[in-house]
Amino acid sequence: MLKIENASKVFAKGTPNAHTALNKINLTLAKGDFVTILGSNGAGKSTLFNAVCGNFILDEGRIILDGRDMTFMSEHRRARSIGRLFQDPMKGTAPNLTIEENLALSYSRGHHKYFGPAVGKKERQLFRERLASFDMGLEDRMQTKMGLLSGGQRQVVTLLMSTIVLPKLLLLDEHTAALDPATAEKVMNITEKIVRDNNLTTLMITHNMSSAMITGNRTIMLDSGEIILDISKEEREKMTVDDLLKKYSEKKQKQFDNDRMLLG
Amino acid sequence: MTLLLGSLQLGLLYGIMVLGIYISFRILNIPDLTTEGSFTFGLVISALIASKGHPFLGILLAVAAGAAAGIITGFLQTKCKIHPVVAGILTMSGLYSINLLVMGGSSNLTLLGSDTVFSVFEGMLSSVDKEIVRIIVAIAVAVITVVILFVFFKSHLGLAIRATGDNAEMVSASSINVDGMKITALGISNALIALCGGLITQYQSFADINSGVGILVVGLASVIIGELFFGRRSVVLGFISCFVGSIVYRYIIAIAIKSEWFPAYMLKFVSAVIVAVALAVPAIKSALKVLSIRQSSMKGGSKNA
Repeated sequence: MLKIENASKVFAKGTPNAHTALNKINLTLAKGDFVTILGSNGAGKSTLFNAVCGNFILDEGRIILDGRDMTFMSEHRRARSIGRLFQDPMKGTAPNLTIEENLALSYSRGHHKYFGPAVGKKERQLFRERLASFDMGLEDRMQTKMGLLSGGQRQVVTLLMSTIVLPKLLLLDEHTAALDPATAEKVMNITEKIVRDNNLTTLMITHNMSSAMITGNRTIMLDSGEIILDISKEEREKMTVDDLLKKYSEKKQKQFDNDRMLLG
Repeated sequence: MTLLLGSLQLGLLYGIMVLGIYISFRILNIPDLTTEGSFTFGLVISALIASKGHPFLGILLAVAAGAAAGIITGFLQTKCKIHPVVAGILTMSGLYSINLLVMGGSSNLTLLGSDTVFSVFEGMLSSVDKEIVRIIVAIAVAVITVVILFVFFKSHLGLAIRATGDNAEMVSASSINVDGMKITALGISNALIALCGGLITQYQSFADINSGVGILVVGLASVIIGELFFGRRSVVLGFISCFVGSIVYRYIIAIAIKSEWFPAYMLKFVSAVIVAVALAVPAIKSALKVLSIRQSSMKGGSKNA
């Protein structure tokens, strides 16, 4: 479904501040894969998402989604087949528009109607049903301005917005990190249900190692713009968080030794 | 009586320009300085065509001209990545020459003896008082524009434009071209402003190259006065508040001139002060709040000591 080939990006190229954000990354996802991504700050996780979404063009390499080469496609055209959630609940919604208007905006994704009324009877009915399935009482507040909702509620609406027209790829960038533990769990459960029910191909960034190990069917770890670990579901089941940390430091040590050899 | 009716007419007509400012300033959240240029652009084109005997065509072409000016500013802002304020100034400045070109190099043009949209309707409704007919025409134009805008801003395209001013990132994530939305909105905004210019020149049967000077501040003042009455709740109320703001502004001006508090040439200064104070209100409020909290905490502290 998603194929990232040899993706490289250097920021501030040719200056003393040059920083390799992505270093020849190769990643292939099959339809329905749910991959969790681990990595410390600055490892290149969000940069990888930005590259897939088209916030910048790669220096090298290609990005192919469902057989279509998207490497040079504009951001908003890629968005037709990609849904994305951010850590910041404010980012995914328009605060001065109502819930139903926000939903209508993302529901219009992929069709080219301009002049019909955005929120009709049919749409309202659909939004109401979908919101009701989350059991948060949001279906009775569809005329409420988005800005008045709590972070968790906003994140749930954003989740619905990015999946109401099914995307080919769903990107979750620590979307529960800014929520309290109980709300985070609730949002996570809703996420897993939506992904499972629709067999969505999904990439999820998280800092929670234990949740990364049990969510989805594959875990990768990024470091300095490279994929240093790629663990399948079967391998993962036999591992504990400690095993993962051990494996990580082994890899890091090896790299460190290599660097020392070069410098020495 | 003349002053009362005249202010109402002017308030309604300038209200259309205020709608344009409201769209760029409040809905799109972009300061657009094209206004002074596009207002005069609509004005001179409408005057020129009306002087040739086609008042309605003049209005139509004025709208098209304003839209074109807005699209140019939008293009400079988005595709050329020029700062919105600078982009507006560039278009405005360029239009000054174009406006003189339209008027054949002269800085004013009279429509005395030519038909205008107002004189046409006055002729049709000859039994009704002229001033009343003018008010009817102004109200009709106001209602038609508000209804069209209302329907438009509830459509897919209108919704996308409103969201662009609110959270452009989210609009892009919904697979909508943000640049396209900005250009469209600026086109609509300046089309309204030019429509106002086109009506004003036919209303006063006179066109002057400097008619647009200070018009942006008038528009902002009207938007803010309108919000005093209606707050910032919904788009429709916003549109209506533009007209209310515009009419109230005209009455304030009329009273000020009549009472001779200050000479007429001070009007723009007064408008600027009104806008500056109104925009500063939130900052003043929060500063006063901090002050009162500090004072009460100091009092509490001395009690404990």
